[in-house]
Amino acid sequence: MGNIFEMIKISVSNLNFFYGKAQALFDISVDVLEKEVIAFIGPSGCGKSTFLRTFNRMNDTIPIARADGSVTIDGTDIYAPNTDVVALRRKVGMVFQKSNPFPKSIFDNVAYGIRINRIHKDKADLAVRVEKALYDAALWDEVKDRLQTSAFGLSGGQQQRLCIARALAVQPEVILMDEPASALDPIATQKIEELVVELKKKYTIVIVTHNMQQAARVSDRTAFFMLGKLVEVNPTQKMFTNPNEKLTEDYITGRFG
Amino acid sequence: MEKRLIDQQLDTLRDEVLLLGGKAESAVQKAMKALTTRDSKLAQNVLDEDRIINQMELEIDRLSVEIIALHQPAAHDLRLVISVAKITPVLERLADHAGNIAEAVLIINNEPQLRPFPEMSIMSDHAVEMLRSALDAFIAEDAEAARQIIRRDKMIDHSYKKVFSEIIAMIINDPTTTTSGAQLLFVAKHLERIGDYVKDLCELTVYLADASIIKHSLKR
Repeated sequence: MGNIFEMIKISVSNLNFFYGKAQALFDISVDVLEKEVIAFIGPSGCGKSTFLRTFNRMNDTIPIARADGSVTIDGTDIYAPNTDVVALRRKVGMVFQKSNPFPKSIFDNVAYGIRINRIHKDKADLAVRVEKALYDAALWDEVKDRLQTSAFGLSGGQQQRLCIARALAVQPEVILMDEPASALDPIATQKIEELVVELKKKYTIVIVTHNMQQAARVSDRTAFFMLGKLVEVNPTQKMFTNPNEKLTEDYITGRFG
Repeated sequence: MEKRLIDQQLDTLRDEVLLLGGKAESAVQKAMKALTTRDSKLAQNVLDEDRIINQMELEIDRLSVEIIALHQPAAHDLRLVISVAKITPVLERLADHAGNIAEAVLIINNEPQLRPFPEMSIMSDHAVEMLRSALDAFIAEDAEAARQIIRRDKMIDHSYKKVFSEIIAMIINDPTTTTSGAQLLFVAKHLERIGDYVKDLCELTVYLADASIIKHSLKR
């Protein structure tokens, strides 16, 4: 294992976040390590999704949103004025609770990001990249014979994996997942979870989930949020057997939340 | 506010373990009383009660699995269920040793009465007292009390060595006491093993209270 400081992918220091006058996050400081899966858990409205969206500045789409503090990726401040937000969102991909395939074919959904970023060399290379992304998203075998059909013809779980493939196609380094399986049935959920475990070999993954057993199953570390504050972050094994804070224990044992 | 279902089940689990522990403690006491008073009826009673203890173990096992399957306990709740699942067979085996003592009593009572062995009584009183204290520490989740009980196991080991020497000396001096003497050696060994099981119970109490695993550790 290398020096802990060399393994930090995302570093957050003293982050406060506001929606207008309302403060949503209070003095958050936490590091996300390279190629780990870290889960954010906490009751509804605790700020975990808001915090997740600070990693790729998706909150910028909300006019009254404001971040105060530091968020760095690979040592670079992503809130610096000259930040290329488009490039940031390519590097830090995102998958949402409700899958959102484009009204296009399966192939074109995945190819879209490759095309507009001009990542491919030629048509053949494009096809190879699309296949790889679908393969890495554990979807290739199910769609290889119908790539030109509409993405809307896929099941919910398949659409979600298509969205993951779309994110993978543009070669991200970090994948953000905001409750990626909450709208899916148990079997589809299991496939997503297995995919997360596979993807962490290559990517850093941050997953927001209200399903504590899911956090326990897939994550290396878990961070518990409450009322906009980070209460505790620890290795998942410790979090679910012997958390430091009573508040954490009460939440994960279902005594509130 | 009404207790959650899992809390009710965890309370039941604690109660059941306490009952099982009480039965095991009673079995040891009765077996030793049967030995000192040469009471074969009492010894047989210990053997008959072992069936009840076995049933109690099965019920606790069933409840433990049910809680894990249906409630996916975490943190302290998980440690409680795991501790109980590990303590239950320890208590059942402890009771088995009481049964073994009772079996030895039935053999000894067919032989002429021997002189008393006060050290044996000291040993059994100590083992029973340690067991009672260990169960109290478990219910109170008192890790420090559990650690202190573990240290007291040395006294049982010391008594065992003393009793062992005394019995061997008796057999050498009077070979007609060989049958009874051999059974008494077994009784002493069962008491020594009971002390070891109480230590296991205490180690699990420390795990429950502190989430520390001190099993196989030189530093306790």
